[in-house]
Amino acid sequence: MPKRADLQKIIVVGSGPIVIGQACEFDYSGTQGIKALKEEGYSVVLVNSNPATIMTDPQLADRTYIEPLTPEFLEMVIAREKPQALLPTLGGQTALNLAVALSERGVLERHGVELIGAKLSAITQAEDRQLFKSVMQSIPLDLPRSRVITGLGEARGAARELGFPLVVRPSFTLGGTGGGVAYHIQELIARTSSALEASPSKKVLLEESVIGWKEYELEVMRDWRDNFVVICSIENVDPMGVHTGDSITVAPAQTLTDRQYQEMRDDARRAVRAIGVETGGCNVQFAVDPKTGRRVIIEINPRVSRSSALASKATGFPIAKIAAKLAVGYSLDELPNDITRKTPAAFEPAIDYVVTKVPRFAFEKFYGADEDVPLDTSMKSVGEAMAIGRTFKESLQKALRSLEIGRPGWTAQPAGRKLSAAQKAQLERKLTTPGSERIFWIKTALQSGYGVPEVSTATRIDPWFIGQMREIVDFEASLRSTPLDRESLRRAKSLGFSDRQLAALRGGTEAKIRELRKRWGVRPAFKRVDTCAAEFDAQTPYFYSTYDPENEARPSRQKKKVMILGSGPNRIGQGIEFDYSCVHAVTALREMGYETLMVNCNPETVSTDYDASDRLYFEPLTIEDILEIMDLEKPAGVIVQFGGQTPLNLALPLLRAGVPILGTAPKSIDIAEDRRRFAALLKQLRIPVPPHGIARTSAQACRIARRVGFPVIARPSYVLGGRAMEIVYDEPALKQYIAANTRAAGRREILIDRFLADATEVDVDAVSDGKAVYIGGVMEHIEEAGIHSGDSACTLPPRTLTPEQLSTVVEYTRRTALALRVVGLINIQFAIKDGAVYLLEANPRASRTVPFVSKATGIPLAKLAAKVIVGARLKSLLPKALVSASPPPLPYAAVKGVVLPFLRFPGVDPTLGPEMKSTGEVMGIDTDFVRAFIKSQAAAGTALPPAGSVFISVRDEDKPAILSAAAHLKHLGFTLHATHNTRDFLARHGIEARPVFKIGDGKPDVVDLLKQKSLSLVINTPSGRRARKDGYRIRRTALELNINCITNIHACEMAIHGISMLRDSKLSARPLQELHASLPYSVSMRPL
Amino acid sequence: MARYADALLTLEDGTVFRGRSCGALLETAGEVVFNTSMTGYQEILTDPSYKGQIVCMTYPHIGNYGITREDSESARPWVEGLVVRELCRTPSNWQSTEALDVFLRRNGIPAIEGIDTRALTRLLRTRGSLRAVLSPLDSSVPRLLAKARALPSMTGRDLARVVTCRRPYAWTETLPAGIFSLPPQAASDREAPPHVAVLDFGVKYGILRCLASAGCRVTVLPAAATAEDVLSLSPDGILLSNGPGDPEPVQYAVQTVRRLLETRVPMFGICLGHQLLGLALGAKTYKLKFGHHGANHPVRDLETGKVEITAQNHNFCIDPASLPPQARLSHINLNDQTCEGFSHAQLPVFSVQYHPEASAGPHDSRHLLSRFLRLMDEHSGKITGPHAQAR
Repeated sequence: MPKRADLQKIIVVGSGPIVIGQACEFDYSGTQGIKALKEEGYSVVLVNSNPATIMTDPQLADRTYIEPLTPEFLEMVIAREKPQALLPTLGGQTALNLAVALSERGVLERHGVELIGAKLSAITQAEDRQLFKSVMQSIPLDLPRSRVITGLGEARGAARELGFPLVVRPSFTLGGTGGGVAYHIQELIARTSSALEASPSKKVLLEESVIGWKEYELEVMRDWRDNFVVICSIENVDPMGVHTGDSITVAPAQTLTDRQYQEMRDDARRAVRAIGVETGGCNVQFAVDPKTGRRVIIEINPRVSRSSALASKATGFPIAKIAAKLAVGYSLDELPNDITRKTPAAFEPAIDYVVTKVPRFAFEKFYGADEDVPLDTSMKSVGEAMAIGRTFKESLQKALRSLEIGRPGWTAQPAGRKLSAAQKAQLERKLTTPGSERIFWIKTALQSGYGVPEVSTATRIDPWFIGQMREIVDFEASLRSTPLDRESLRRAKSLGFSDRQLAALRGGTEAKIRELRKRWGVRPAFKRVDTCAAEFDAQTPYFYSTYDPENEARPSRQKKKVMILGSGPNRIGQGIEFDYSCVHAVTALREMGYETLMVNCNPETVSTDYDASDRLYFEPLTIEDILEIMDLEKPAGVIVQFGGQTPLNLALPLLRAGVPILGTAPKSIDIAEDRRRFAALLKQLRIPVPPHGIARTSAQACRIARRVGFPVIARPSYVLGGRAMEIVYDEPALKQYIAANTRAAGRREILIDRFLADATEVDVDAVSDGKAVYIGGVMEHIEEAGIHSGDSACTLPPRTLTPEQLSTVVEYTRRTALALRVVGLINIQFAIKDGAVYLLEANPRASRTVPFVSKATGIPLAKLAAKVIVGARLKSLLPKALVSASPPPLPYAAVKGVVLPFLRFPGVDPTLGPEMKSTGEVMGIDTDFVRAFIKSQAAAGTALPPAGSVFISVRDEDKPAILSAAAHLKHLGFTLHATHNTRDFLARHGIEARPVFKIGDGKPDVVDLLKQKSLSLVINTPSGRRARKDGYRIRRTALELNINCITNIHACEMAIHGISMLRDSKLSARPLQELHASLPYSVSMRPL
Repeated sequence: MARYADALLTLEDGTVFRGRSCGALLETAGEVVFNTSMTGYQEILTDPSYKGQIVCMTYPHIGNYGITREDSESARPWVEGLVVRELCRTPSNWQSTEALDVFLRRNGIPAIEGIDTRALTRLLRTRGSLRAVLSPLDSSVPRLLAKARALPSMTGRDLARVVTCRRPYAWTETLPAGIFSLPPQAASDREAPPHVAVLDFGVKYGILRCLASAGCRVTVLPAAATAEDVLSLSPDGILLSNGPGDPEPVQYAVQTVRRLLETRVPMFGICLGHQLLGLALGAKTYKLKFGHHGANHPVRDLETGKVEITAQNHNFCIDPASLPPQARLSHINLNDQTCEGFSHAQLPVFSVQYHPEASAGPHDSRHLLSRFLRLMDEHSGKITGPHAQAR
């Protein structure tokens, strides 16, 4: 059947901000889906609160609503747009949950909107554990034995029946939040309580443990004709017990016979049919008992997912695009396979390589550098890297060097040849307990004489994988003892060893090994990803390197050819924003007739869609890998400024290797990063900076601190996302800091700056062509200086800056950009203290805020920058009205809000500081700041309560400021609660508050109040000088109970404005296209 | 690390692949074809249809789960040789009984590993299937090339005669885990189980296991069995099995099928059996460039419009234009629009080019066995009736 003619307008729901468990993959799928629907002639309305996405580019959907993903806002959009259908399967769990909420509230029925892609019954049958279980039993498929419980008493009964260990799974949560494994009754009670809290439906599943079983995922598609295909099978190296998002996974499945695999496929088909997934992509998970082969179904996700993005990248089959087309009535056989073009999409990809995905963690951000947090069924990783190789060994090593964790491949944990008893005990613990570094401990074990069976038994990882790893270890041992010849070098390369690894093994430098390889002709070949194992001719411009002989990537002779380096795996501080900029750069250059080469290793992203660039190289972002592509393709140059710190760190080494860097010269990048030279430059430019110094020793640090005055900001030089950055208030604390951070700093220096307390922080994004500077946006942070800019909410245009301050900021930006000879983007941070403007730091590259500014002003900064980099002039690109008038005047306000992953990290105090902790951002956009702020809060999942009870407890410095806030809240009808000190303080100023016991002083204390859900808002500012245990417990409890907790006095003021606005007026939703039309300038870029 | 002997794979066009020898230390020759299945090497090795061929597996890791007791498609491997990117010598699976390398050596099958199998596949895709010699013994390329060029072509060779059984036998083994999408006993109103006579042109155990699992009484007959031999069993249905190579030279079987068609006994042809049925009805066959060898071929059932993902292994094919009017094209391959099945307008006869038993491959097409059962049911007792039973 061709596409449905009864639909004209379709609403697509995005996945909102990047959080753990829901990242760029939904931008990738959403973007594909929207393009597919547009291609079919449908009018597409998009709702997504995340501005850092390609899908929210106003050119993509017909109407783009950057609005909070709440049922209220969705209903507003539906009422305004009157679509016939809603497609919820591209926006992750967020969109599915919203679809359920909209159905249950009758919104869809009221407005005559049909759910397409997944019917309500399919969603609920897949999501509700009890329904899922009964549907599976009816087929019948085998499941882990389990019971659904709604209270602790039932949990005890279930434990008696099922035995320990038990898996605790709350219904309807993302990435298994609030779940875990219980080995005994105490643990069961604790886990069940938090799971009950986490589940919106207050249902929890207790399940027979299948920990240690083999874990598989099938990415499948089904159409309305009941045609069914498996796109990709994925086998988890880490067995059941570790969330698949935290597992090392490979595609295709490696250790099943055809019969075992096909029976699993049969089960998946029956399960998907029974759940009622009629059209689209679907993820089905299985566990297999390695001893008996008993196979149980674990879950079904009736939507595209992180795994389907991985499967798409692993096979070349565009799952999201096809899913969107199936949702509007096509069947699989009516759609062509994008890659072969001649064969239909109704087939199962055959691949002739091995794909390995490895997770990237960020525990050091939350627990300190030395802690290794055990992995379990609740996802904790913040990103992932994928690699393609002809063997598992090659792809594993490539994937591990793609992670950018300082390892050149699969390396061992440091240990001697002979292990002491204590080391042995530690090693065995590290093998038994899954952790972020277990894979490296496995190498240590194999090198110290542990056999494959021993390691496999300890880790419960299938012996096949350990056996493969063993081959790497054995070869490495032989390499140590024999001279390196051409044959052994070739063998090493095809086992995935990097030049760096070989240099470390053999002594010498990476460059030496590279030279040797060139001399001996040991060079990689590039093979095509073609969905069909070379059975059919394919033109897909999607390549990976390997050390097989035949090279398939025939480069063009095109002179206008540019390579763009991506940003690698997501991490805190470097996420989707940089992928957005890379994709924009590629698009802009293609518009100008350039051939673009994209290099990246992050499977979640839009940039690694083979459609995004002219040629995609799915490769690690290391010097070795990039130089090999350079040698083959010979582009005019490389652009390093869009992918964040990853490519920036490669700029100088690439330059040294003779690679032309386009845009801002690496020398300028280096000056901006080098504290001494940059300070000298600023002095010359007469731009003030906070007093500062550079220390190598503790004594030096103290001398500098005494000179500049406490408090100071201390940080190692050359770090990302404020890693190990701290505000230090006195000398003992400084000494402690230096002692603790010499490791994070490495051989590097510690920078000490005077901390400008209570200053206003300002961020500027600008583009320069070397002659002129365009100020893209000046953003004012809501939180004061000292909170990492990535964690701070900010407003565009600035809210409190005077015209003089603004023009000083603009002038300093111009001066700095021109002095650094910036060609492309620059981001500068300022602090304004007592009316004076200080420059804090400058980064001549794309920043995290580029997409936010671009969405707010309608001027795509990254595109502008890309065009400038290849020689265009700002004057000829910008709308006339903006050439001299920057920053652009806005008739509305935009507020960026952040989301924080504290809930995933038990025991961590949810407060903000100079080290970045947020995973994602949202945007609120409306006629004024307060409205925009309210939206940003709602979008970030911390909606402001319009009424209720508030608990106030603030540090002494904030007491004066809290008075007006308290009075205001009282006036708004809130009941105030405070501990005795604060209560007395308020009473002295005529504000009445109810007393609450401090924790431990009596009952009920504040934690009790929180638990009784009698509070709707908490205002708790932590003391900066020492950790406060009480404060921590209050904040942590509020976090776990999802009660809005404000930890910062500036944010508190904004919140109260917001609450009062909420009571007085109704908010409305407006699409970006309409907002941009109201601008006093045209947002379409002038043609060249 | 253990050192393995070098081996050469020399193709008739002069291309030489150098790799390491594995499996048996013997020289072998045959037509090289590639198979894109990612699993199922044991089924492929033991599939009699691969007689005369050296199989190149496109998936790089082969041997991961070793050899199992459950997954052989005949009593021994039939391929002439095996080409892989990397052979796994340390398999892991609960059903595994021995390593692939050991199995190959035990059965005298030579293999080569460590070559760029994707390059070989691309070559075969462009040039078509090629004759080749795989040798760990002879290192003279000119000599190997001469041997490769001296090999007989697959066209015109009757290989069914080589792989078929020597004498009739009964088959009772069923599928270990039952049969998905096929009712266990479709012929419910029967007093006795339907008796199926299988003409063995190189039959895969998978087909026999499916029939047995469906409740059939199964008798397997040699390829050269006459129509009288078949009819002496009073079968309720006849299955024309898969088999290797070119159908044209298997004229004796074409004659047998012609005679059997006159009896109106329900008949089901699979792969070579499908081609023989076509020839018996007057259709023509031709050789495909590089054949269909894999487990991901989409086939559309023209009657229902549904797509099945099928397992395939054939180099020859029926020209649909040559089908007589009474044979209706029923299935087509969506990749290249070739003929994948037809059914007879008047007779209880149908056939498919692909493998409903799969092994290796998806189980999408096992319902065809139900169709065969239904056909036998409908025609029970009417077999010798004077009038054609139009369906």
